[in-house]
Amino acid sequence: MNYKMIRNILGWLLLFEAGFMLVPLITGICYGERETLFFAVTMILCATIGGLCAWNKPKDSVLYAREGFVIVSLSWIALSLFGAIPFFISGAIPSYLDALFETISGFSTTGASILSEVESLPKCMLMWRSFTHWVGGMGVLVFIMAFMPLSGGQNMHIMKAETPGPSVSKLVPRVKTTALILYSIYLGLTFIQFILLLCGGMDVFESLTTAFGTAGTGGFGVRNDSMASYSPYIQWVVTAFMLLFSVNFSCYYLLLIGRIKDVFNAELRSFVTIVGAVTLIVTLNVRGLFDTLGEGVRHVAFTVASLISTTGFATENFDAWPELSRTLLVLIMFIGACAGSTGGGLKISRLMILLRGAFNEIGSMIFPRRVKRVTVDGHPVDPEIVRATNVYIVWYMLVFILSLFLISFDQFDLVTNFTAVTATINNIGPGLGVVGPTGNFSGFSVFSKLVLMFDMLAGRLELFPVLVLFSPSTWKK
Amino acid sequence: MNIMIVGCGKVGQTLAEQLNEDGNSITVIDSRAEVVRDVTARLDVMGVVGNGATHTIQQEAGIGQTDLLIAVTGSDELNLLCCLIAKKASNCQTIARVKNPAYSSETGYLKDELGLAMVINPEHAAANEIARVLRFPSAIRIDSFAHGRVELFKYKIPEGSILSGMAVKDVVSKLGCDVLVCTVERDDESYIANGNFIFAEKDIISVIASPRNASEFFRAMGYKNRAVKDVLVVGGGETAQYLCSVLHRSGISVKVIEKDMGVCEHLSNRFPDVCVIHGDAADQSILLEEGIRGAGAFVALTGIDEENIFLSLFAKSVSHAKVVTKIHRIAFDDVIKHLDLDSTIYPKNITADQILRYVRAMKNSEGGSMETLYSVIHGEVEAAEYTVDEDSPVTDIPLMTMKKKPDILIAAIIRGGQVLIPRGSDVILPGDRVVVVSRAKAIDGLADILL
Repeated sequence: MNYKMIRNILGWLLLFEAGFMLVPLITGICYGERETLFFAVTMILCATIGGLCAWNKPKDSVLYAREGFVIVSLSWIALSLFGAIPFFISGAIPSYLDALFETISGFSTTGASILSEVESLPKCMLMWRSFTHWVGGMGVLVFIMAFMPLSGGQNMHIMKAETPGPSVSKLVPRVKTTALILYSIYLGLTFIQFILLLCGGMDVFESLTTAFGTAGTGGFGVRNDSMASYSPYIQWVVTAFMLLFSVNFSCYYLLLIGRIKDVFNAELRSFVTIVGAVTLIVTLNVRGLFDTLGEGVRHVAFTVASLISTTGFATENFDAWPELSRTLLVLIMFIGACAGSTGGGLKISRLMILLRGAFNEIGSMIFPRRVKRVTVDGHPVDPEIVRATNVYIVWYMLVFILSLFLISFDQFDLVTNFTAVTATINNIGPGLGVVGPTGNFSGFSVFSKLVLMFDMLAGRLELFPVLVLFSPSTWKK
Repeated sequence: MNIMIVGCGKVGQTLAEQLNEDGNSITVIDSRAEVVRDVTARLDVMGVVGNGATHTIQQEAGIGQTDLLIAVTGSDELNLLCCLIAKKASNCQTIARVKNPAYSSETGYLKDELGLAMVINPEHAAANEIARVLRFPSAIRIDSFAHGRVELFKYKIPEGSILSGMAVKDVVSKLGCDVLVCTVERDDESYIANGNFIFAEKDIISVIASPRNASEFFRAMGYKNRAVKDVLVVGGGETAQYLCSVLHRSGISVKVIEKDMGVCEHLSNRFPDVCVIHGDAADQSILLEEGIRGAGAFVALTGIDEENIFLSLFAKSVSHAKVVTKIHRIAFDDVIKHLDLDSTIYPKNITADQILRYVRAMKNSEGGSMETLYSVIHGEVEAAEYTVDEDSPVTDIPLMTMKKKPDILIAAIIRGGQVLIPRGSDVILPGDRVVVVSRAKAIDGLADILL
């Protein structure tokens, strides 16, 4: 383990976090809020500690795969630990643990909240809450890589550990350039949404926070009723962008460089099909609940987009919908977005590999000597990736079941517990029952909150980086 | 610059590594998925799995944006095909590796007719380098600039040498020959020499001089100028064949030991004057019987690096021969440096240097175009030769008043066929060729030496 290099990168991370806090700081100054001070204090703290850690670059800057995993996990933990400080010291969230839950929920783009009421929070706090989504969506280390000179090819390990999806492919040969392109696309799309929201009559503050919440597929709103009280136009814009941000970002790059026929790959086609089919079924199922068909389609499309993109905004209490719809909505929570997007869940491409592999196995039981590779878009998938995908699903289920068991001590009903884990490990936010669109997570015990915090981080970082932290051999010199 | 490398063998990987460090965007193509996976995990490059000679794979790897394609697979025909297809798909430059002696005699024709920018032949280049070293057996390595008018050689100061304790600035006056010391390697550190540097035993120095002054230098060092007269070569592969033809032209007698009968017959048909021995050189008695004790030089060129090292160590222990060892695969440079070997030849590095020069010259020619580039100390110090432009900013300034970046040495000026070892009052004129020694990657082009 190259501890010195880990310390160095964590130091840089804190420096960047101090930079990120400029956003709420400026917001606070614009609105003349007293709480701005707490951001200034936290920034000084982050900058001091970060500066000390990042001061001298170690001679041996070699990073292997295990350092990549550890750096990513520790970075996200450190980011959350420091990011929670302003909520806590300002008294906006009186318990540090709750503040941490809120921050992890923010950075992991989950959007699960322990607050029952947000409108009374200062604007700068709300801005920070939403901005953590934006930072967490594309990945903070990818951001650092785009701007910091990290050594050679080794930063690929970091990118691999942070970017969601069964396999990570670079857009261009250099990691640094890839990171820059990804962030430019991210920034561009966020900006377009911001402008469209402004055109819909939203004020600058709400447009920004909503755009940040959508871009990271997070789901923190600034109103108590999430998106319900906005105009249909705004709701449609948010629906569209939730879907856009759950598409693999390399599709946008291919679109930009003009390789249009490569854009509609199997993953994107499946995604569009699933969204269309689920919207249709749910609309037919709930049509009696709404006055007009248009209104029904709007709410269903919004909800489906919100849950499959793992954002978690709500316009309607879908917990009150018929059983078929509720079941379908929980199922799409597991499917999640496309790989290489800002969304969570299992990811479409991972499920494709998994299912195709499973069907191949059945085939090889009938024809034991048959040789057949799993293919996606006509390309054979590396058997290593197929294996890693299978292992991933096993760990996913293990973590899921264990979490479900651990939080069941709190005496909530099974639907609440099951969807609470579903909503956190898939980074969605709201579930059903007590944690439904109108509820929140504040009722859980301290222990359960810790379990759910773990699930949010593990879900965002796709399990392995977090799990290797628990292996003793990771920490050997 | 966007560079595509087809073939991820040793040469391909070395190229990817060095060109990537030099700031280029690299895409590698290989049909072996595990090799591509390994390279992309280790280096900041993009990998594509597939046959690089197909248009589809080249398209997928982005041939449209590529400035240079380098085909270095193990097959000459495939390499040429890659270049042809790439040339049709985009207007990129192409470099092919061609190692088969049957094609290499047609290099010029291939280059012109197929529109290749460069044909590289690591085996041939290695043979040339070995031949140069054999001409000056006392040097570890010799590189030449300006078509052989200037030589840059490396020399290890032996125990009890008159050089030890001498300052760099006294070399010319005390030895009475016009040479310039460029670099000194001591205990894993490397220095670009300034006048006050004091030599010690076991230092490895690199010296630039005209061939005549190089001979003078070695005479002053107490060596009789004994060019090697007979060479014992182990291994009869492509490098050995190129070496035979080069040495044959200089009238050096060559004996080759090869264990494959078919290769032996092929060799003896092609080079009737070469003495071809069929036998396994791993057997000491064969080496002794074939006269290793009295050989002027011993060159280990088998395909197995470990065998080459052992054979060379054995040769060092039983004879006074000049020993040359070819190392292609293993990458324990630090260990090899501390072994008691005379000269080690790394074909992959020689090739990488050639291509690196080409790429650098493509990128920036401000102030003068780059003609040759050698890495003097691998990855640390390099020497480049430039032709000075009419309007170059470095002309007409006396060297002692020129504001240069630190650690930059103007090592030689070649003017009208005359070699000038520069002193403080000399100036660079347009049309000159100059050799500049600098830290690796410290400068982009000749104009960049100025502060």
